[in-house]
Amino acid sequence: MANKENAFFKEVGEIARFTARFFKEVSKPKQEWEEFINQCYWIGYKTFTLVGITAFIMGLVLTIQSRPTLVEFGAESLLPSMVSVSLVREIAPVITALICAGKIGSGIGAELGSMRVTEQIDAMEVSGTNPFKYLVVTRVLASTVMVPILSSLAIAISLYGGYLGANLKGDVSWSLFWYQAYKVLIYGDFIPAMVKTIFFGFAIGIVGCYKGYTSQKGTEGVGRSATTAVIVASLMVFILDLIAVQIADVLGLT
Amino acid sequence: MSPMEKEKAIIEVKDLNKSFGENHVLRDFSLSLFEAENLVILGKSGSGKSVLIKCIIRLIEPDSGGIIVLDQDISELDQDEMDMLRADVGFLFQSNALYDSMTVRQNLMFPLRRHWSKEERAANAETAVKEALEDVGLAHTIDMMPAELSGGMRKRIALARTLILKPKIILYDEPTTGLDPITAREISELMNSIQAKYNTAAIIISHDMNCIKKTGNRIIMLIDGKNYAEDQFENLLKHTDPKVRDFFEGL
Repeated sequence: MANKENAFFKEVGEIARFTARFFKEVSKPKQEWEEFINQCYWIGYKTFTLVGITAFIMGLVLTIQSRPTLVEFGAESLLPSMVSVSLVREIAPVITALICAGKIGSGIGAELGSMRVTEQIDAMEVSGTNPFKYLVVTRVLASTVMVPILSSLAIAISLYGGYLGANLKGDVSWSLFWYQAYKVLIYGDFIPAMVKTIFFGFAIGIVGCYKGYTSQKGTEGVGRSATTAVIVASLMVFILDLIAVQIADVLGLT
Repeated sequence: MSPMEKEKAIIEVKDLNKSFGENHVLRDFSLSLFEAENLVILGKSGSGKSVLIKCIIRLIEPDSGGIIVLDQDISELDQDEMDMLRADVGFLFQSNALYDSMTVRQNLMFPLRRHWSKEERAANAETAVKEALEDVGLAHTIDMMPAELSGGMRKRIALARTLILKPKIILYDEPTTGLDPITAREISELMNSIQAKYNTAAIIISHDMNCIKKTGNRIIMLIDGKNYAEDQFENLLKHTDPKVRDFFEGL
């Protein structure tokens, strides 16, 4: 038990050191912008379809399942408002982050892990390229930038899903749905949601990179890196979400 | 004193020690590499041969001891200075370590990013890539992916990537391991032709006797973490020490 605790705290310390190195490297001049754009494409564009489909279904299902209860209380007209607040504040950012933790976290973990065990990272180092800057900084920055963008798109798509869901059994016009949905939203709903997705993106990137970059023990290690990257990144999303909700509550934004 | 010992060493390793936990792989190990020389390090698997050359290129930090490469004490170099020095020291990995998400062209151009300016790369990179590929006889693979190449071809491409910066020294980590005898012989011949063309010096880690015989000017036997014996191939063949003889049994 004591050994497990030691291993846990050692891992936390190592991740903290890895994160500190990220900030040190990112503050040095000459960034790998070309690779950053390339990673934005892979992380953002290649994840968009999955996020889009999930967001659409999420909005649709949330509306369909909420409708009967609201009808029972004679509050059917509140459906767009309720759906929009739920999606903007919590559901779309968190679900998007969890999808990204699965896809991006495991992808980065497996890719860097494979590069580590096949000595490709060492080859970069002996060629005089800083592999940390080339591989880690670019991926963490791309993830930090793209997860909020994906989350914003997920909110829009899920609201459209909500509109279709509202029209399956009811009859709500396009303009009325959007008016109702946006009427209740304030900056205090958007800003905390967007800020926390920046932290989600950073956590997903840094955990995926840490697990891959420090991968050991051959192909078995690569598999383990990918799996643990998803688990730790997902856990980080929930922990950060909890912290964000508490902070927003203290600031009176809820 | 041999004629080589009168020359100036371009790599000087002095009393190098490296342990991994309880496993003391290098114990006060010393060597000198001279210009245009192929020095072979021969030893059993796990004897610390690869650790030694990774210490020389500072992929692994030694516990103690000194390493001078091209008149520079590598322990005193900062990261930028070490990166600059690495342009003069090529490293051929046992696994080839080709970037599998890049084409052959991109693999070869990668080391140029750090050492050539953008203008230089725009003007000369393509020619340098073609020249390096012609040196290893694989000019036609320029747009292929590493996964499309055979083991021997991948080794040649890795060698071409090492050559692109025109290094003064090449460190070969088991260059013929895992290859069939014909391909292994071709790689050994290629190593010799590269040395003749570019006048490079090399440290070759190997336990392939044919490769050692073909390429090595001098051989150091790394046994129990130490420089156990040092001589030319023909002389080591006649050595009487049982630990040395074990390597040459059956030849």
